Amino acid sequence: MMDFMKSDLTRRVFIGSAAAGALAAHPAHALTSGEARTLIDRVVGDINGVINSGKSQSAMFRDFEQIFQRYADVPTISRSALGPPARSASKSQLKQFSDAFTSYLARKYGRRFREFVGSKIRVTGARKVKSFQEVQAVADLRGQPPFAITFMVSDRSGSDRFFDLLIEGISLLKSERAEIGTMLDRRRGDIDALIADLAKAG
Amino acid sequence: MLLLTLKIRGPAIVAGVLLLAACSVPDTPTDVHDPYEPVNRVTHDVNTAIDTVALRPASQVYGHVVPQPVRTRFDNASRNLGLPAAMVNKILQGQLEEAGENGFRFLINSTIGLFGLFDPAQDFGLHENEVGFGDTLAVWGTSEGAYVVLPVFGPSTERDTAGLIVDIATNPIGTLFGSDAEDAQIGLTVTETLNYRFAFSETFDSILYDSEDSYEQLRLFYLDNRRFNLGQNTDNATSDLYEDLYDGLYEE
Repeated sequence: MMDFMKSDLTRRVFIGSAAAGALAAHPAHALTSGEARTLIDRVVGDINGVINSGKSQSAMFRDFEQIFQRYADVPTISRSALGPPARSASKSQLKQFSDAFTSYLARKYGRRFREFVGSKIRVTGARKVKSFQEVQAVADLRGQPPFAITFMVSDRSGSDRFFDLLIEGISLLKSERAEIGTMLDRRRGDIDALIADLAKAG
Repeated sequence: MLLLTLKIRGPAIVAGVLLLAACSVPDTPTDVHDPYEPVNRVTHDVNTAIDTVALRPASQVYGHVVPQPVRTRFDNASRNLGLPAAMVNKILQGQLEEAGENGFRFLINSTIGLFGLFDPAQDFGLHENEVGFGDTLAVWGTSEGAYVVLPVFGPSTERDTAGLIVDIATNPIGTLFGSDAEDAQIGLTVTETLNYRFAFSETFDSILYDSEDSYEQLRLFYLDNRRFNLGQNTDNATSDLYEDLYDGLYEE
């Protein structure tokens, strides 16, 4: 009887540690639509707060920058925008580029979201697309047809973050990859010149 | 009445169809297909100059002088006059419910809504299904063709250009309601364009004047937005980009 209990206990301990081992190998469990939606609910709540705060433009840009830093996968977006040259860039260049790029995004997309002043963005649904979650939202604009806004969410960076934002089907990631790629080409691949000019752009 | 219009405007439609037959087909359907880029860039520069000296300043005056509610009324009336054509296109696409929605919207807004200035149909839950013949061609399976930049009209594709020619040639408003209505429609199209340029001035300015290559950015904006509106945005280029994003970054 004791032996049986002992072996049962051992078996349970064994199964338990095996499960723990499996979890450790895949620390990021599959992100659910519910979790992605929770994240975007917070993002949208913050954006609504900013666009209808009546703050000055520069104060709004600072708020948008915080939103990007808090909820977006900035390192991954930066690396993708930079493209293949990211591989040869130094760590400090990557960091400088990422910082300049984030405030550039905040200014550029802050201006676009400011056009939604007086409206409210609301999350309408979420679904799994391949290994990502796609969260749909709508901005009901004053005097204009509503705008569809889509957030692409992943937890593969280690935390739940959005890595792309699409307004009426136009992808931030895609357009910034094109934009940064062209900027880099015209500066003959000089990342430092790109970083300096990015501070003035947007 | 529609048949009559078709008969009179036949030559233009033939031109549209011929253009369509000449559509250049891309190697992969979702990539940017831009064989006319050198010519397109010249037209783009001309259009940007038109924006700088005319459209942008006129939209600023219009937006600041005419109060928002009035601008919205004009927009409503302009969209309302597009509904008969949109209804026909929805029929051609076999989407009868949406065709009916457009038809009832037109009836309600033209009467209770005072020539479409107001939008009471929205309160009845009748939504607008804004479509042109370019959308119908897409539903029929016509390929997008090459990217083209039209003078004044701006970004388009070969398919949408054919659609635009047919839309203009078969516009039923003049035939149905006389030339005064047609003139009013042209005027309202102008105010709607001005209001759109004004409402999204930050975005337009950012693309046209602040981006490194405004031609490239506008092309990307137009094509992605167009495919999105046609429900064709499930292209592989974007999802491949997403897949590549994390591969090799966090899984050593």
